Amino acid sequence: MNREQALLAYVSRLGDNALILGQRMVELVAAYPELEEELANANFALDFIGQARMFYTYAGELEGKGRGEDDFAFLRDENEFRNILLIEQPNGHFGDSITKLVLFESFYLLLLEALKRCADQRVAEIAARAEKEIRYHLRHNTQWFLRLGDGTDESHERVQGSLDNLWQYTGEMFAADEIDQIFAASFNGPDLDAIHDQWMMNVTAIICEATLAQPGDGWMASGGKQGHHSEHLGYMIAEMQYLQRTHAGATW
Amino acid sequence: MTDKEWPLYEVFIRSKSGLSHRHAGSIHAADDQMALDAARDTYTRRSEGVSIWVVRSSQIVASDPADTAAFFEPAEDKIYRHPTFYEVPDGVENL
Amino acid sequence: MYTQGLDQKGQSDKRDGLESAADRKAFQKRVDAEEKIEAKDWMPEAYRRTLIRQISQHAHSEIIGMQPEGNWLTRAPSLKRKAILLAKIQDEAGHGLYLYSAAETLGVSRDQMVGDLLSGKAKYSSIFNYPTLTWADIGAIGWLVDGAAIMNQIPLCRCSYGPYARAMVRICKEESFHQRQGFDILVELCKGTPEQKAMAQDALNRWWWPSLMMFGPSDAESKHSAQSMAWKIKRFSNDELRQKFIDVTVPQAEFLGLKVPDDECILDKQTGHYRHGEIDWQEFIEVLKGNGPCNKQRMEKRRNAHEDGRWVREAARAYAEKRAAKAA
Repeated sequence: MNREQALLAYVSRLGDNALILGQRMVELVAAYPELEEELANANFALDFIGQARMFYTYAGELEGKGRGEDDFAFLRDENEFRNILLIEQPNGHFGDSITKLVLFESFYLLLLEALKRCADQRVAEIAARAEKEIRYHLRHNTQWFLRLGDGTDESHERVQGSLDNLWQYTGEMFAADEIDQIFAASFNGPDLDAIHDQWMMNVTAIICEATLAQPGDGWMASGGKQGHHSEHLGYMIAEMQYLQRTHAGATW
Repeated sequence: MTDKEWPLYEVFIRSKSGLSHRHAGSIHAADDQMALDAARDTYTRRSEGVSIWVVRSSQIVASDPADTAAFFEPAEDKIYRHPTFYEVPDGVENL
Repeated sequence: MYTQGLDQKGQSDKRDGLESAADRKAFQKRVDAEEKIEAKDWMPEAYRRTLIRQISQHAHSEIIGMQPEGNWLTRAPSLKRKAILLAKIQDEAGHGLYLYSAAETLGVSRDQMVGDLLSGKAKYSSIFNYPTLTWADIGAIGWLVDGAAIMNQIPLCRCSYGPYARAMVRICKEESFHQRQGFDILVELCKGTPEQKAMAQDALNRWWWPSLMMFGPSDAESKHSAQSMAWKIKRFSNDELRQKFIDVTVPQAEFLGLKVPDDECILDKQTGHYRHGEIDWQEFIEVLKGNGPCNKQRMEKRRNAHEDGRWVREAARAYAEKRAAKAA
């Protein structure tokens, strides 16, 4: 894999993470625990969809075959999506969503901070914009994580369950593959080991403040970054792509 | 614990620097930080603000409409407080 | 409209009898002078009740109205359309919130209003009990349903009750893009493939009559219209608004190359208005009673969301109380 191929794969993967997470959030519209939270989460989902569009548009330009954002979103098969497994997990209850977001966004924010300084100007620009959005999300979602962890006995127990279930999907965020390595070496990309250390410190502090128990080191699931997904993704993609697939070539 | 609604907050927004905060509406929130976030996500979706105040509605002290006459009318007859009360002689400028 | 003809059950209250004629007269004088009534001002109990009923029904309609459109969020055919639709649905949540807030100034809590919705005591607009079966329905909702709503809402910006009027000003300002995005979806479909165009016509066929019903029963049937007019809560009659809607919408359908599903819908050269066929009020009544295609589904989803959120709302309260205790 040369540096151009790695850049394309890297950018499209960033788009996949943003889109799949945005799509999961969209599933929850009209089902949040309170009206105010409905508005907050619509803002967050809009941010993710917006980020996906920027990454895909750039990926299309890098590829140079005339594909645009919608070709990436709607006309690729499941195994071409390279998002991490964590974010394709079904929504579950509100505590699951919040935990998923806190775990992912704690990582994503650090990643974006590093990407802001990378050698590819477009990626750096998109990252700078996304960073502001995610900083706000993470603060909001961290507050919720604390409320649930240190709220009632019921909420404490539920969110502890969310944390225990989702923890196994966090390892994949930091497992550098060839694409990460080339991007780090050729474009001054993020050092995932350093990000992991920082992430662990931040997340440990949040978990502690939420009066929750941090899951121990253990087996970590992986495969999403290589296109080996859980069964859940196929249904999401099928639903998302259905109109584009049924009416090939139509514009909307 | 019963599912009682979160307290009501009033939201005030400064639309751009140089202007004062204006009442925008209200939201419900369990705590102050949540109130600020909700105000942001509800009332500045179209870049309507650069600064937000939130305050518990129960903390606002308001005048009573029943007192309107006693409260506000005494100011009405003090017309000499307004510049239009004074006649400026012809030919005088910059006054 | 979003409160179509649902304000007809004018129950009286024993407090009505305690009001003095002088107070009522002074109140009417203020209204006649186009003064705005504010939250703490004296107002007749019946005025307060009418407003609470109307504003909360309007709020409920916004909240339930998120569902039919939300039905296509995960299947929106492009990322741009997905983002626009999400922004629109989010606005509806916001509008529900503004309206609940306006009603709260009248001394009713959001809890009470939500409780009335979930128990089935409070109503919401009949239109949201129809299903969205194709993507074109999302276009039709924006074009027709929001179009009809705007007709009704613009005069409400001048409603005599200040908090309601102010909420409506904000809502109308935000909603101006809603109708356009719907029309834009249909423009794209109508210049697309034959399947897309058929989809658009099918959506118009299904949404046309329910949209006309949104304005509520004919004036002759609408018992409380006169009082609402005198109080300047309402500015135009149901029939006037419905006619206005038809007059502006039929030419738009022609522009799209679509046909309104009403053979009697022709321009009357003498009056300058389009005629329309008989509206099936029996259908309207059935839908209001709960027998529309989606009533049960919509209510069940709302109840489930409310129930599923209970432990979350409780946790937030408990956490806030713990924090406050620590700080004290």
